[in-house]
Amino acid sequence: MKVIKEKHPLAMRWTHWVNFPILTIMIWSGMLIYWANDEYKITLFGHTYFNFFPEWFYKALHIPHRLAEGMAFHFLFMWFFTLNGILYVLYTLISGEWRELVPQKKSFKEAWLVLLHDLHIRKTAPPQNKYNAAQRIAYTAIIVMGLGSLITGLAIYKPVQFYYLTWLCGGYHFARILHFALTIGYVLFFVVHIVQVILAGWNNFRSVISGFEIVHEEPKPVIETTTPNDEKPVQ
Amino acid sequence: MKSLNQLLKPPRQMMKNPFNKKNRAPKKPLTVDQKISRRNFISFGSFVVLGSAAFGGWKWLYNSPEEAKTVTAGARAPLRRALNQTELAVRRIFSNNNLVKTYPKDRAAKNVRHNSDIGSEGKVDIAAWVLQVKKQSGEVLKISLDELKALPKTDIIYDFKCVEGWDQISHWGGVKFSDFINHYKLDDQTRLQYVGMETPDQKYYVGIDMPSAMHPQTLLAYEVNEKPLPAKHGAPLRLIIPVKYGIKNLKRIGSITFSDNRPRDYWAELGYDYYSGL
Repeated sequence: MKVIKEKHPLAMRWTHWVNFPILTIMIWSGMLIYWANDEYKITLFGHTYFNFFPEWFYKALHIPHRLAEGMAFHFLFMWFFTLNGILYVLYTLISGEWRELVPQKKSFKEAWLVLLHDLHIRKTAPPQNKYNAAQRIAYTAIIVMGLGSLITGLAIYKPVQFYYLTWLCGGYHFARILHFALTIGYVLFFVVHIVQVILAGWNNFRSVISGFEIVHEEPKPVIETTTPNDEKPVQ
Repeated sequence: MKSLNQLLKPPRQMMKNPFNKKNRAPKKPLTVDQKISRRNFISFGSFVVLGSAAFGGWKWLYNSPEEAKTVTAGARAPLRRALNQTELAVRRIFSNNNLVKTYPKDRAAKNVRHNSDIGSEGKVDIAAWVLQVKKQSGEVLKISLDELKALPKTDIIYDFKCVEGWDQISHWGGVKFSDFINHYKLDDQTRLQYVGMETPDQKYYVGIDMPSAMHPQTLLAYEVNEKPLPAKHGAPLRLIIPVKYGIKNLKRIGSITFSDNRPRDYWAELGYDYYSGL
């Protein structure tokens, strides 16, 4: 028998979907800014493996010579990015949802088992509540990264007025590197996230829009006398 | 006859919140499938409607017209408004107690980076050069380099920051702008809101808000690495203002003006933030 199982609260769905386009705009406008001084590369033992970014990439995304535009967009949408992030964190703390999200002591060991399971190396995954151990780590890390982007961003936005943040981030030059690295982190997160969402399937995806999942349960052995819609969904 | 109150009161059924299971009418129970399709309809409908609205909003912003050219130009009109509003917010955290970090002398770059020569191309006749200070009254002070060098000298070794994103520790020496103001008794001029500076050929020009100009680390610099400024770094006198991006650090100052209106600014006319503060 089909049963509606409540999963994601409205506040979580709302902030998730507001964040998605805002973060996209922040990354895009960030690239318009980064282009003006695109000095980061991956170099090991004197050999450069990758330049951020190759010329074809800039051309394909129409990035060159748009620094002023990039700054204007970036310094408008930073407000929305921050506000949305604060709302999400406040909601998570006040509602108690953080208990489902913050990694537990066992999460780090379990996350490894989840990974092995996801890679079809191990047959069973550890028992979980709303989120498995790997999700707990990922969804908490992404919030910490968001805070990191805010702090490193302020450190390079107003390095004199927020000199203590700039100091905290290891100086202006290093803060800019961190700000960039965090953005690369979002892109990697996004790739894994999308793959996982596709693998998890429709029921899971729908729950981030409509809030519920459908589970199939055995009919109860007792004779039902009340109308079924008075029942609380089985948690 | 029904009372007005009764008429205004909507029937009970209309007040039902489809998300609230308690309000479901017990008469016609919905099946689980009906509940699912109803909730899917509402949530996916809202998702599509709100998503389309957001996309429409983005298209509006992206295609919004360029601002009318005033002292600023080149940005989308709504984005310029946002930059100006943001300036008001960040001005609140500006303080003369917030100082740019300074470094020991040996950290200063020997090869000081040079980005642009707009307004300071070619050689300048230093002997013929004078700094023109135009007061609001119309009075003009003409000040020579030697007169400026006779004032107390201040050195600063700090991390110069370009709007492009690079930074470099460099060593500058000159007269503190606030010392210069005091010495020439220009205090009344600092009650105005802005300082404007232009190159002798008037091809490069900046506007600086008074609090930033009067910041204790703002210099009228005539030395780099303890030697007179070379032409490419703005000989004979340039602005070094650590609370601003490099674009505001005008090279080869020809004139200084004071105004309550924003003076014209080279990069603000090309879509950059007028304030450009750090």
